[in-house]
Amino acid sequence: MPKDHGIGASSKRREDIRFLTGRGAYTDDLAMQGQVHAVMVRANVAHGRIVSIDTSAAAAMPGVLAIFTGADFADVGGNPAGWLIHSRDGSPMREPKRPVLAHGKVRHVGDAYAAVVAETHEQARDAAEAVAAGTEIEELPAIVDMAGAVANADNRVHDEIPDNLCFDWGWIEANRDAVDAAMKAAPHVTTLELVNNRLVPNAMEPRASIGEFNPGTGDYKLTTTSQNPHLTKLLVCAFVLGIPEHKLTVVAPDVGGGFGSKIYHYGEEALVLAAAKKLGRPVRWTAERSESFLTDAHGRDHVTTIEVGATLDGEILAIRTNTLANVGAYLSNFSTATPTFLHGTLMAGPYKVPHVYVNLKAVFTNTAPVDAYRGAGRPEATYSLERAIDKMARELKLDPVAVRRKNLLTPDQFPYTTPVGLVYDVGNYQATLDKALDMADLAGFEARAAKSRAAGKLRGVGLSTWIEACGIAPSHLVGQLGSRVGLYDAATVRVSATGTIQVMTGAHSHGQGHETVFAQVVAEKLSIPEGAVEIVHGDTSKIPFGMGSYGSRSLAVCGSAMDRALDKIIAKGKKIAAHMLEAAEGDITFENGSFSVAGTDKAKSFGEIAFSAYVPHNYPLETLEPGLEETAFYDPNNFTYPAGAYLCEVEIDPDTGKVTICSFTCADDFGNVMNPMVVEGQVHGGVAQGIGQALVEHTAYDENGQLLTASYMDYTMPRADDVPFYQVDHSCATPCTHNPLGVKGCGEAGAIGSPPAVVNAVIDALHRAGMTHVTHIDMPLTPARVWGAMQA
Amino acid sequence: MTQVTMTVNGKSVSGKVEGRTLLAEFLREGLRLTGTHVGCDTSQCGACVVHVNGKAIKSCTALVADLDGADVRTIEGMANPDGSLSSLQQAFQDHHGLQCGFCTPGMVMSAAALLKENPKPTEHEVRGYLEGNICRCTGYHNIVKAIMAASGQDVSQIAAE
Repeated sequence: MPKDHGIGASSKRREDIRFLTGRGAYTDDLAMQGQVHAVMVRANVAHGRIVSIDTSAAAAMPGVLAIFTGADFADVGGNPAGWLIHSRDGSPMREPKRPVLAHGKVRHVGDAYAAVVAETHEQARDAAEAVAAGTEIEELPAIVDMAGAVANADNRVHDEIPDNLCFDWGWIEANRDAVDAAMKAAPHVTTLELVNNRLVPNAMEPRASIGEFNPGTGDYKLTTTSQNPHLTKLLVCAFVLGIPEHKLTVVAPDVGGGFGSKIYHYGEEALVLAAAKKLGRPVRWTAERSESFLTDAHGRDHVTTIEVGATLDGEILAIRTNTLANVGAYLSNFSTATPTFLHGTLMAGPYKVPHVYVNLKAVFTNTAPVDAYRGAGRPEATYSLERAIDKMARELKLDPVAVRRKNLLTPDQFPYTTPVGLVYDVGNYQATLDKALDMADLAGFEARAAKSRAAGKLRGVGLSTWIEACGIAPSHLVGQLGSRVGLYDAATVRVSATGTIQVMTGAHSHGQGHETVFAQVVAEKLSIPEGAVEIVHGDTSKIPFGMGSYGSRSLAVCGSAMDRALDKIIAKGKKIAAHMLEAAEGDITFENGSFSVAGTDKAKSFGEIAFSAYVPHNYPLETLEPGLEETAFYDPNNFTYPAGAYLCEVEIDPDTGKVTICSFTCADDFGNVMNPMVVEGQVHGGVAQGIGQALVEHTAYDENGQLLTASYMDYTMPRADDVPFYQVDHSCATPCTHNPLGVKGCGEAGAIGSPPAVVNAVIDALHRAGMTHVTHIDMPLTPARVWGAMQA
Repeated sequence: MTQVTMTVNGKSVSGKVEGRTLLAEFLREGLRLTGTHVGCDTSQCGACVVHVNGKAIKSCTALVADLDGADVRTIEGMANPDGSLSSLQQAFQDHHGLQCGFCTPGMVMSAAALLKENPKPTEHEVRGYLEGNICRCTGYHNIVKAIMAASGQDVSQIAAE
């Protein structure tokens, strides 16, 4: 019987009740007494020098309260990059200031250079148009194409940065010669050039922020769509506005999806705070969808050449990649970590490869900033690797499954130090591969292909065996790698006098179901009902300083902190019980929710201990403080390494090039699973985003830097009829060896493993139909691209 | 300004609106019924779906001035009279048909309209009907499953929850 309670149960989500009845409280749902409305004035050219801004007409319009321009923020700080990357020559990356509002130049379409605050949203909008009409911008040639950006040293996104290069990174530089030699000596070298297409994260809730200021106390409050309110608070206070950190509260209430795009601090958050202070009234701003497209940090956008050196029977000898990575016009907070340490360190994949070298040049362009989007660097690494290995297998006329099996690390090889700097602690990649092949009935493929042929369709099957580094991240390690923050997390467990519990978490739930799943973990550990546990997150005035949710870190890092805090609660409970039961502390055991003296029937329930802690009449007050509340910070000593095997079957309509996903199978190893229902939901969503990237999603800028895909009429989102029911499994679990729950993280896997499986399946279908000249098609595999490739 | 009277979730409401006032805006800001969400402004995402005179429409592109006398139902009016979840809402919870919850009100309203038109839709019909509702979290798997389950169909043979 599956469990119905605690760890491992598919407990139904408690947060669903409010969302299903329209009682969620997302930022834009909140009304503040006396609130006024901000509208941003955004560049309609990709690159231009601001000649003049005449705000007088706008200022005279009805309801207008204040107008801000870049000049108002020229003397405050910029929004910083969170990681310092060094180039191969040892020089630090170039870090242009990212101001609250553009000043001097605008650098991408949508770059805000002014903001209007008015009594009503409509008045602010009308006045924003008047500001735009009063602004003269001298348009400069747009820098859109990355290769062109690097080649043309005279046309610069930032005047002080020649060749538009942020950094030229080598990983690991000391290995470069050995990798070159191994590649030269390899009997076979497969080369593949590919584009990892730029995506817009598209959380369904557009970004929104409300700033408040209390002139009586000097306190600020920012309510905002954030995945990590403490980080936003730190950035606003210490880097941008210079507000003392104790005078700002940041609240991220219900947040409607993030996928990375809401990790970062954005200028609008500083703007509404500054405006609230100036006006003494709450100032709110909510993005329209087109603003989200123009200004949310985008994802991916790599152009890569990958080479795989191999023996003629498919043993991988060396991997070498050269990549141009677009960082857009400014450095978003994680933008320099994503293409480097979340990408280059994964380039060995789940394989035993002796030699790996990654070169990556990060390039400024007149496009929206690019940063971590679900998977963040790891999908780019996985896609390069899994496409190239498939191509290598075809070139050597080997079975792609057999080639992977030949190179996969085996369970006896852990812990395994890769040539790109990670230590994989545990895994069983053969088990997930076998499981996926079995679930997908690969043996029955030929029969299904024959049926497709009979219907005039081309059928193919594609595999990807992937690994990721999650549970971000060990602070000592990331500090060495350039991180400017620690990546621990924190939890406070507050037991009330009546024995119910609140847990304040640094992790933030914006769809992941923490309110349910974290409560399951607490309930299991203390043997109390899940309903007696409440998870509190998202409000910096309530929660301890944690780093929020991204990088599949919530349970692995914050869950571990919570587990540690619970250990402290139990330890204190034992002291209280020892006093009450007149026994030695060492003789007290805690089992099934009860503190008892070992070997006797003397016991106190958890509730009795909690009551005693708050009504300490019979209590060791001389040696123990009353109360039962504990905080723990947890800093992991390694990343976690979820891994798995994904198999995709497609059908192509040869008349149109349209690809249909017939089946998608995932065998994942996430370590221990707290709530299977929630974990499977995470995989479903990730896979849909990966299928979206592979087949339909594309971010198109024209040569002038205009975003052609700035609405849902132009940017194709995967819809219900683009995807099948997915087959997912997580039974091949090898628990993480270094965190107390044995969890690895599951939030990004689907988006990491799926794109190469889809593309490999399409190439397979074409090869089976005799079109062996098609060795690669860049994503998205739209009907036009597939049909075009078939005609070549 | 136009005086408009309509029934919202069974209650009569009236107010003065500008010609440009959208139904989504009127519900959210005028009536503080914030369960109806605006996700795209262009009638693509479906987070704003409500029922007007029994039909599912996108409230982000409907003008309130055109709706005098209309009978409007929103997500806030979908639970059972005792406040418990309706069978459709319950199916969404049972089958994990929502994650961040932002698209959910529109999904439920669209699904309710579908089941009214077609009490036992096939998987294909459900997916087709949801063409105007975008979800970024669930990959649609559990939404489709929930709607089929709410229609009384056995979904136990569909791949895991």
